[in-house]
Amino acid sequence: MPARKFVNSDIPDFSQQAHIDKVGVEERVSRFQKRSIKNESKLQGLKMILNMIDLTTLEGKDTPGKVKQMCYKAAHLHDAHPGLPTVAAVCVYPAMVATAKKAVEGSDVKVASVSTAFPSGQAPRKVKLDDTKFAVDNGADEIDMVISRGKFLEGDYNFVFDEIAAIKEACGNARLKVILETGELVTLDNVRRASDIALYAGADFIKTSTGKIQPAATMQVTYTMLEAIRDYKLKTGIQVGMKPAGGISNSKLALHYLVMVKETLGEEWLTNEWFRFGASSLANDVLMQILKTETGVYQSSDYFSID
Amino acid sequence: MAKKKSNQIKWDYASAPESTGHIQLKDRYDLFIGGKWVKPSSGKYFDSINPANKKVIAKVAHANGSDVDKAVKAARKAYDEIWSRISPAERAKYIYRIARLMQERARELAVIESLDAGKVIRESRDVDVPLACNHFFYYAGWADKLEYAFPNRRVEPLGVAGQIIPWNFPLLMAAWKIAPALAAGNTIVLKPAETTSLTALKLAEIIKDSGLPDGVVNIVTGFGDTGAEIVNHKDINKIAFTGSTAVGKIIQKATAGTGKKLTLELGGKSANIIMDDAPLDQAVEGIINGIFFNQGHVCCAGSRLFVQENVADIVIEKLKHRMKSLIIGDPLDKNTDIGAINSKEQLDTINKYIKIGLKEGAEMYQTPCDLPKGGYYCAPTLFTGMSQSSVIVQEEIFGPVLTIQTFRTVDEVIQKANNTPYGLAAGVWTDKGSRIFNLTTKLKAGVIWANTYNKFDPTSPFGGYKESGYGREGGLHGLEAYVKLK
Amino acid sequence: MDRLKVLKTYKIYIGGKFPRTESGRYYTPTSGKGEALGNICLSSRKDVRNAVVAARKALGDWSERAAFNRSQILYRIAEMLEGRKEQFTEELVFQGLNAKQAKNEVELSIDRLIYYAGWCDKYQQILGSVNPVASSHFNFSNSEPMGVVGIITEGGTSLLSLVSLIAPVIAGGNTCVVLASEEKPLCAVTFAEVLHSSDVPGGVVNILTGQRNELIKPLAEHMDVNAIANDTRDKEVTLMLEESSVGNLKRIRSYDLNWEKYESQHLHLISDFQEVKTTWHPIENIGGASSTY
Repeated sequence: MPARKFVNSDIPDFSQQAHIDKVGVEERVSRFQKRSIKNESKLQGLKMILNMIDLTTLEGKDTPGKVKQMCYKAAHLHDAHPGLPTVAAVCVYPAMVATAKKAVEGSDVKVASVSTAFPSGQAPRKVKLDDTKFAVDNGADEIDMVISRGKFLEGDYNFVFDEIAAIKEACGNARLKVILETGELVTLDNVRRASDIALYAGADFIKTSTGKIQPAATMQVTYTMLEAIRDYKLKTGIQVGMKPAGGISNSKLALHYLVMVKETLGEEWLTNEWFRFGASSLANDVLMQILKTETGVYQSSDYFSID
Repeated sequence: MAKKKSNQIKWDYASAPESTGHIQLKDRYDLFIGGKWVKPSSGKYFDSINPANKKVIAKVAHANGSDVDKAVKAARKAYDEIWSRISPAERAKYIYRIARLMQERARELAVIESLDAGKVIRESRDVDVPLACNHFFYYAGWADKLEYAFPNRRVEPLGVAGQIIPWNFPLLMAAWKIAPALAAGNTIVLKPAETTSLTALKLAEIIKDSGLPDGVVNIVTGFGDTGAEIVNHKDINKIAFTGSTAVGKIIQKATAGTGKKLTLELGGKSANIIMDDAPLDQAVEGIINGIFFNQGHVCCAGSRLFVQENVADIVIEKLKHRMKSLIIGDPLDKNTDIGAINSKEQLDTINKYIKIGLKEGAEMYQTPCDLPKGGYYCAPTLFTGMSQSSVIVQEEIFGPVLTIQTFRTVDEVIQKANNTPYGLAAGVWTDKGSRIFNLTTKLKAGVIWANTYNKFDPTSPFGGYKESGYGREGGLHGLEAYVKLK
Repeated sequence: MDRLKVLKTYKIYIGGKFPRTESGRYYTPTSGKGEALGNICLSSRKDVRNAVVAARKALGDWSERAAFNRSQILYRIAEMLEGRKEQFTEELVFQGLNAKQAKNEVELSIDRLIYYAGWCDKYQQILGSVNPVASSHFNFSNSEPMGVVGIITEGGTSLLSLVSLIAPVIAGGNTCVVLASEEKPLCAVTFAEVLHSSDVPGGVVNILTGQRNELIKPLAEHMDVNAIANDTRDKEVTLMLEESSVGNLKRIRSYDLNWEKYESQHLHLISDFQEVKTTWHPIENIGGASSTY
């Protein structure tokens, strides 16, 4: 994906950002949660969710063996039940990209790699660029970078902006997801500001969290980021994706995220090209719900593989 | 980039109707007088219609003067013999008991409210019914604490209160009227609106179940003529009315010189003001909630939107975008955002104003949607390009119709917002604290929502300035309407 | 030879000025002994209109003044009245009271002003409330002046009923148009002079003399008058007021109080001319709106 070019006047002054009223956000979010998703829309939604999952393993103890198992699961969610989609991607550390790429070969599953000294991002820019290039060279289709939260909180928005732009350039054809790590930004005003920086700096996706910091994704934070994406689209005409990550572990919650995306952005975002869930345990819960919906029988986790 | 097939995704919410299987409705309702169900002396009944499908839900008695007289006599007897004599603490317990019984039957009440009023189930379930229950809970506790509410004064009940309520929040308005009146020690003759009598009649059943002494609350159904009988009855000490300003004025005239204590909660044309530094996305929610809540059948609806000129385009764009996700449909579907207009008469009124707006040269936007067939529906509607003198800016429409005006300065918007005979409510959206207080101080209205809109609570006084009526309902201040102070 | 006394011209008081009635008419009420009290302005409906315009114009400044400042001004009125005690006593005697009664009425009037001066910066604290709503909002109710208040005084006491109603009305930040006692108007005009020399901004209090029957109706029907304090104790008048004020739903307050009693000064005479305004604002992170963020 080529970098976007703006003239300076198109880029907002990030120190003068829109204000977010948190209580209002909570009210809006509670309305999404009141939508009742039943029957065929539930089944359709659950299948969409499966297809939007970035199945993730990001641990110090990751081995090629573990990654291979997860990749198999990504393309074979529950073979006992035909007609299920695959997940969208697997998400791994740069060192595991080559292994993962090989393991998903022949399937629709993409390989995403975290980079830029994930999860803290506390490394010199050169290291971050090399980290990114390494992952891309090893075959990563997508890069999940982290922003420099310390610089952001210091108020050095230009640094954060330039860094994202530089990583974007290093990505080449890989799509760039920018992790804001909203749990460290604390306020919704900050979340909105960081979203805007990432959007204007060239993000293809913005993503809430690394999964290493609590709280990770919440509906309030995701909603705030979706509003930023919508405003960016209204202003520039460019569509950008969204990835909440961490903390979304059951189907009902995931369905409410879909409701939120549909009502905030529109149905054109309801595909894994524009919306992802960063999650590892969500897939099995969704599978169990799909089977329950189709058979009418409540399921046991013993019948669903954990990879 | 590869050609997107993503645009073809279509994900609609399957219908999720609230079950009506558990509700109990009779085919025909009599008058609730002296703790008994009494046939109307005229023998006449009228239909209560579901505005979403025009089907008759039940037949309701039409009370005339002699029925009202019976009800007033029952109320007077109950006042003299029981209600004015029992201890305030006992009074409180009866009111608490009604509140609890309402909670237990909350879902049934919500479903009936939606059937009868066209109100969406999400609102009747999450707003109307819980608030109604909470109102009884709140005032129950006041019954034995009245002396704390009015320092240095002796508090006495008024006697028999006649209460006439509107059709927009049928059960909630009944609660707003009955709870404080009982707490203060009065007995009651209440008349619900003719299009929405059913939840008041269900409340009568609950009141009967609660063991409240016979005659303390009497419910007589009927039309304006029934209301007039209440207003003009000689043995009534207090009239509380919620409804249109026109009828409010008739009532003030009718009660002039009689010594009847009068409180009026009337119409409005409330301003909702968006400053350029507002949290705009939340403001858009506030606009939506301000005008489309309950199909705009809200006396305090934020029906006049004022947007600062430099953000007007973006606010209107966001507003239109947001309106696309509103679901208009069956009030009983849990996903419906906008239900049916309460009656044919009201739909005609709204459509009349829409025509006037177009004739006045205003530009109209309506959500692109298919309105459900077979009921009374109106699409959410915006008007831009009117002036302060346009009829649709001046008059209360009481429907999902918003007029949008722009302004440049704070002083200008204060002037325009106050430039109305009404003074019920106003909304203010800005991130600047000092500006909030400047606006909330200068806007002449009884309720001001800053960075929010259409919020209600039993502890929060509600009522207007100027032609929006007088007296307050809710909170400590709401007690005053039902006491004699010496 | 005795010095020839200079007689006083009694004029009306509108917008801080002492014009004669625009109608040019006068009437001559008499004392109990049949002496003419003077040539008193017979105000017209146009004078009512002018007085309401003046009161409306003065409202913004007066209602937005610091409560402390209003309090100071009411106290100042009392001081000035104290200084003119003799003049008022003389007029009251001229109008028919005995010396003791007259002294009593003037002193009560002074004390009443002190009483309400004290309320100016306190009534908000008693009448207001913070309302503990169940959602994540800060919610409070406070009092605001109703606006322009018409005051129709009772005929019996000339000064005391006037002061007993003007004081609570202006203490609460309202401005007013006062119809003086038709039969005993002298003190009302002299009181206007006291107001004029007491830092009360022009237009806050406007005082008209004349015939009640002629002036009440235009006042009650006036669309820019927000409330009326009715001290006529007359059923017919009360009925007429309640009927004629329907046009803009004026708040009508009718009294039947013995002003000489201490209990007849009360907070409720302030609150009777206050609107309750309730304001909501969201609060981040308190009970009601649960947050996981």
